[in-house]
Amino acid sequence: MKIFRWLGLAALAVAVGGSAQAANVKVGVVLPFSGPNADLGHQIDKAFDLYVKLHAKDIAPHTVEIIKRDEGPPTGAVAKTVTTELITNDKVQLVTGFVFSPSSIALAPVITQSKVPMIIANAGTAWITDLSPYIVRFSFSMWHPAYPMGAYAYDKVGCKTAAVAYTDFPPGKDSVEAFTTGFTKAGGKVTLSIPMGPPTQVPDFTPFLQRVKDAHPDCLYGFIPSGAHAAGIMKAYGELGLRKAGVKLIGPMDLVPDNKLQDMGDAAIGTIVMGHYARDLDNAENKAFNAEWHKAYGPDSYPDFMSAAGWDTMHAIFDTVKKLDGNLSDGAKVVDAMKGWSANGPRGHVMIDPATRDIVEDEHAMEIYRKPDGKLGEKVLATTTAVKDECKVLKVGRCK
Amino acid sequence: MPHVVNIAVSILFDGLAYSMFLFITAVGLSVTMGLMGFVNLAHGAFAMCGGYFVVTLTRSFGIGFVPSLAIASVAVGIISVPFERYLYRQLYKSSDLEQVLLTIGLAFMAIATFTYFYGPIPKSVPLPDWLQGDVNLGFRAFPSYRAFLIVLGVALISVLWYAFERTNIGAKIRAAVDNRRMAESVGINVDRLFTLTFALGSGLAALGGGLAIQLFGLTPSFAVIYLVLFLIVVAVGGLGSLKGTLLAALVLGIFDTTGKYLLADAGGFFIYFVVVVVLLIKPAGFYGRE
Repeated sequence: MKIFRWLGLAALAVAVGGSAQAANVKVGVVLPFSGPNADLGHQIDKAFDLYVKLHAKDIAPHTVEIIKRDEGPPTGAVAKTVTTELITNDKVQLVTGFVFSPSSIALAPVITQSKVPMIIANAGTAWITDLSPYIVRFSFSMWHPAYPMGAYAYDKVGCKTAAVAYTDFPPGKDSVEAFTTGFTKAGGKVTLSIPMGPPTQVPDFTPFLQRVKDAHPDCLYGFIPSGAHAAGIMKAYGELGLRKAGVKLIGPMDLVPDNKLQDMGDAAIGTIVMGHYARDLDNAENKAFNAEWHKAYGPDSYPDFMSAAGWDTMHAIFDTVKKLDGNLSDGAKVVDAMKGWSANGPRGHVMIDPATRDIVEDEHAMEIYRKPDGKLGEKVLATTTAVKDECKVLKVGRCK
Repeated sequence: MPHVVNIAVSILFDGLAYSMFLFITAVGLSVTMGLMGFVNLAHGAFAMCGGYFVVTLTRSFGIGFVPSLAIASVAVGIISVPFERYLYRQLYKSSDLEQVLLTIGLAFMAIATFTYFYGPIPKSVPLPDWLQGDVNLGFRAFPSYRAFLIVLGVALISVLWYAFERTNIGAKIRAAVDNRRMAESVGINVDRLFTLTFALGSGLAALGGGLAIQLFGLTPSFAVIYLVLFLIVVAVGGLGSLKGTLLAALVLGIFDTTGKYLLADAGGFFIYFVVVVVLLIKPAGFYGRE
């Protein structure tokens, strides 16, 4: 019997030795789960959960432990509190999520000081990545869609004059600045600039758009947070008959998020947006992503551009866990491991620019149309590959 | 038409439509606060509830938008009765703070409940053809839905005015708002009166909630997000006054629209500026008792 006891002890030693190498990586997820923009949080959260569910085995023997917190309203205050708690109390090795730019902006000093990397899955104000060397962004900069939209609007859509209307917070100003820069460079003229109130509540858009209608530019470039605001501005646009009056609606993809597109109806048809993701994008990863999404969340739930970025974000986190063999205690090493990361995701080929820690992705000009099956869809009109954040390329505005 | 006149007509029209929405949604709050001095912060939750009723009736049952509005108002009015009977009634004699805690708690519970069943994605309603697009009044075209808001608002104001000023029950309500103890002394059952006005106010809030879907979209957080707006209307109008609520809704709606149109950079400043000025001059609101 003695021999068995020895064998048992040996087995135990192997098991203990094995588990000592298997690391449990704590990841803090900060997304809005309450308030009028809660559905934006859910869009990314669902993508995170889906990736973790399907790929947990890829990082064996390591495991990832997700700790979720509510980002709160788009002011950054709640996000700062809960993220600081995640870092100091829960001792997470990295934080991810962050729908709103103000959250990331408010947190940048905390991130620099704690050296806990912030892996951004949405917040798109261009200069956020310059605020801390521990910030890596997998979503987009406002300049990704807005800057090329400027030239495209002038050359292809036929906008000689444009009005810009935006929700009055950092990404809104950033998006409009990017569009104006590209549009003016191409030869267009911005005739009207309208801030449309804070992101905390959806305003009555009619007075703003009535003003646009009366000024009668060729095009209206709109930026709004892609939640309830998007549905609101589209209704006002349709109700006031702006398209009939000859004012075309253009903007970044935030105007027509996939999970709200079907509800927007005829008002949305003809809208031209620049963006890096649409459900209709034709690539193998996107088809698989959509199939898995519907299997997990039902046929009436749609992923959108935020979900696509969320998927790639979690993909990169998992790749980093693998690359560093579960040891993510050194924030600088985590950021280094992510520099130059590249993969094929639902958005197509994406990579992290090692110089700026920001994403490089394809941008598509897309038009909303009614598909033969009666649903609304996005038709790709033109594609620019490997677009960098032009704000940092051109070194303009706050990206100097 | 000269450009300036055109702009003025635009602003007046949009402002009027917005005012009507404010009036419909806030009038119930004003009357219940005036009658019982009860601070009902769950008013927005009843409005939100009405909105979701309309969404479900139109989307799942295929009932038209206008009948859905009517059904939602009546249903929410009835649903609000047990809330008043069994929850609110306990706290009539309590302090404002306790009333606020109960009702804001109810609002948060409503948000959580509706998020559970409907999810956080903003909802929209299918409108009938005659409410889409615009109506041409000869000299210019107006968005049909806004015109509908104005017509509905004016009709409701007429009905409410008649009910308050010309009917027996209206006289009782006015008497109870003016002097509750005296009204009770002459045999008016103020408790039952309150149940009735509470149901009416909640039903109107539900109507406002249904109408708001087309303006703002509908998410569960509607219950608190726009509450400030309704409270402002009530404060500026004066508690318990139909006339005051109407005047406040008109002034705030038109000022807000004017500000947004002419001076978008000033943002939401205008509406608060008006509130501060009015309350400095008349601390109890336009028609409130000092």
